[in-house]
Amino acid sequence: MTFLKRYLIPRLIQYLLVTFLGLTAVFILPRLLPIDPIQQRIAQYQTFGMIIPPDQLEYMISTLRSLFGLEGTLWQQYVMFWQRLLTWDFGPSLARFPTPVSTLIAWHLPWTLALLISSLVIGWVVGTLVGGVAGYYHRSKATRLLDGAAMVVRPIPYYILALLLLILFTHVLPLLPRGGGIGIGVTPEFNLAAIWSILLHATLPALTLIIGGITEHFQAMKLIVQTSRSEDHVWYARSAGVKDSTIVFHYVIRNAMLPRITHLGLSLGFVFSGALITEIVFRYPGVGLLLFNAIMHGDYNLIMGISAISIMVITTSILLLDLLLPLVDPRVRHQ
Amino acid sequence: MSGLLRDLFKDYRFIIAFGVVLALLSLSLLSIFSPFDPQRALQVPRAQPPSWQYLLGTTWLGQDVFWQLTHAIRNTLAIALIASLTSRVIALLIGLVAGYRGGLVDRILMSAGDTTLVLPSLVILILASIFLREWLRDLVNLGLLLAFFAWAWDARVIRSQVLSLREREFTRVSILSGMGTFRLVVKQYLPFILPIAFTTLINNMSWAIGMEVTLAYLGLGIDPSVPTIGNMLQVAIFRQALFMGLWWWLLAPVGTALLLFVSLYLLSVSLSEYLDPKARVQRIGLR
Repeated sequence: MTFLKRYLIPRLIQYLLVTFLGLTAVFILPRLLPIDPIQQRIAQYQTFGMIIPPDQLEYMISTLRSLFGLEGTLWQQYVMFWQRLLTWDFGPSLARFPTPVSTLIAWHLPWTLALLISSLVIGWVVGTLVGGVAGYYHRSKATRLLDGAAMVVRPIPYYILALLLLILFTHVLPLLPRGGGIGIGVTPEFNLAAIWSILLHATLPALTLIIGGITEHFQAMKLIVQTSRSEDHVWYARSAGVKDSTIVFHYVIRNAMLPRITHLGLSLGFVFSGALITEIVFRYPGVGLLLFNAIMHGDYNLIMGISAISIMVITTSILLLDLLLPLVDPRVRHQ
Repeated sequence: MSGLLRDLFKDYRFIIAFGVVLALLSLSLLSIFSPFDPQRALQVPRAQPPSWQYLLGTTWLGQDVFWQLTHAIRNTLAIALIASLTSRVIALLIGLVAGYRGGLVDRILMSAGDTTLVLPSLVILILASIFLREWLRDLVNLGLLLAFFAWAWDARVIRSQVLSLREREFTRVSILSGMGTFRLVVKQYLPFILPIAFTTLINNMSWAIGMEVTLAYLGLGIDPSVPTIGNMLQVAIFRQALFMGLWWWLLAPVGTALLLFVSLYLLSVSLSEYLDPKARVQRIGLR
């Protein structure tokens, strides 16, 4: 009962409040804009030499108003905005009229999810294991070498890393495709050729994300293990003659695992903004590239839709993590 | 002060990073003597490879990469400094007030902070920079916008530090001996808090540089004709420098960005190890 009152309810309130504020920001930001999107559209049509008679212009303005959700008073617009959100309807895309925004997002989302989840998990597993072992043998030469390498690679942002890999693997050693999600002319079906093509195209973007993940988890895990190896139960096991490999994998790494699992969960929440630049550099057809194209074309509905969804995904995953953690970690439960 | 420097210079990572940052700073100072206006094209022959006359080659637009780079480093560092100094001031104010006053003020300030922490800052930043495009063309404004997204975490750290300081003996002694709140905070608390603010300043600079590059990459951010590291990268990619074989055009900003990020990171690691004695003991290897 105290758990419910002291832990669950405050978290839920905070979750609802933050999501509400974030989505309201998505509503307010474009309305602070000095530019009128409708005038902009009409000016765009007129530059293509379209002559619009006044009654048709009137009709166009009112249609565009309802497409942008700009009808009525500010309050009515705000209510409409929430109605649309709750029915998962973000209106049509303006650059690719009349495809609905939700259809576009649904088509691009699997690419992002597959790329990110697999590379995050690979980076996490490799980084955590190597970091754990390196933390236990923290004075060996190999550890120092790895540590030095991680020191240099860690601060490199992933778009710089992506550019370096791009130069290396497509210009210096032309082994991998330069971009895109699948080869030209290959249809994404369930057959060997298509899967091979998809894997080949995902290699470079995945590699940048994996390298970044490995160094991050390596350093964090190494630090945790390095401090926990001097704890009493490890001393005891060692003096009792337990094999080193048993101590590393069964005692030390397992104990250090929990905070790392939390971290993995948190990074999965940032799926949307995480791969944005990677996708743009490699022209990978995920949500990041979709957002980039939406920005380039001034496709407001699409930008709104992607931002709203990414805010909901992040706040919800943080909430889920907060709620799951006490079930797994007795230390948090105790607090 | 000299003791602190002597201790820091025992760490080879600090020496390397300090040297690199100093070199980049002096490069940025060189921009004063630049013989070319960095924003004008066709100042020198186009697409020349690096040579003694053009140290880092020239671009397809006829700009000298070396002199352009000096301006780019200066402008990027200026954005980073504006962003991180401003956000430090905000963090200090909010952290001190929230920690010292407590109660409702604390709860409001901290929820505001948590909200900016939890929201996807990159997405919101992209949204904001689309809508504020004209305003953001000036680099000072970009620095201020970035500052708005960077104060929350530090405010939290500073607040918790103040909370623990408030419970200590010397606070009560100072209050009983008639010290005013302002003097108490400035004289007694700041010495504990400034070191934290300083290490996070370096991390924050590196974050701000990353954001500047990201926004420039997306075609947002400041006026694209003003050289910054992000804008140089963006122009080189947009003009297909690699396909034209002008690798020096792309490599100059990429290499500079690498040096900046790595050296700032090493600086912050060695500084925070110096400030946190527990980590120092570990590094020496007593355990």
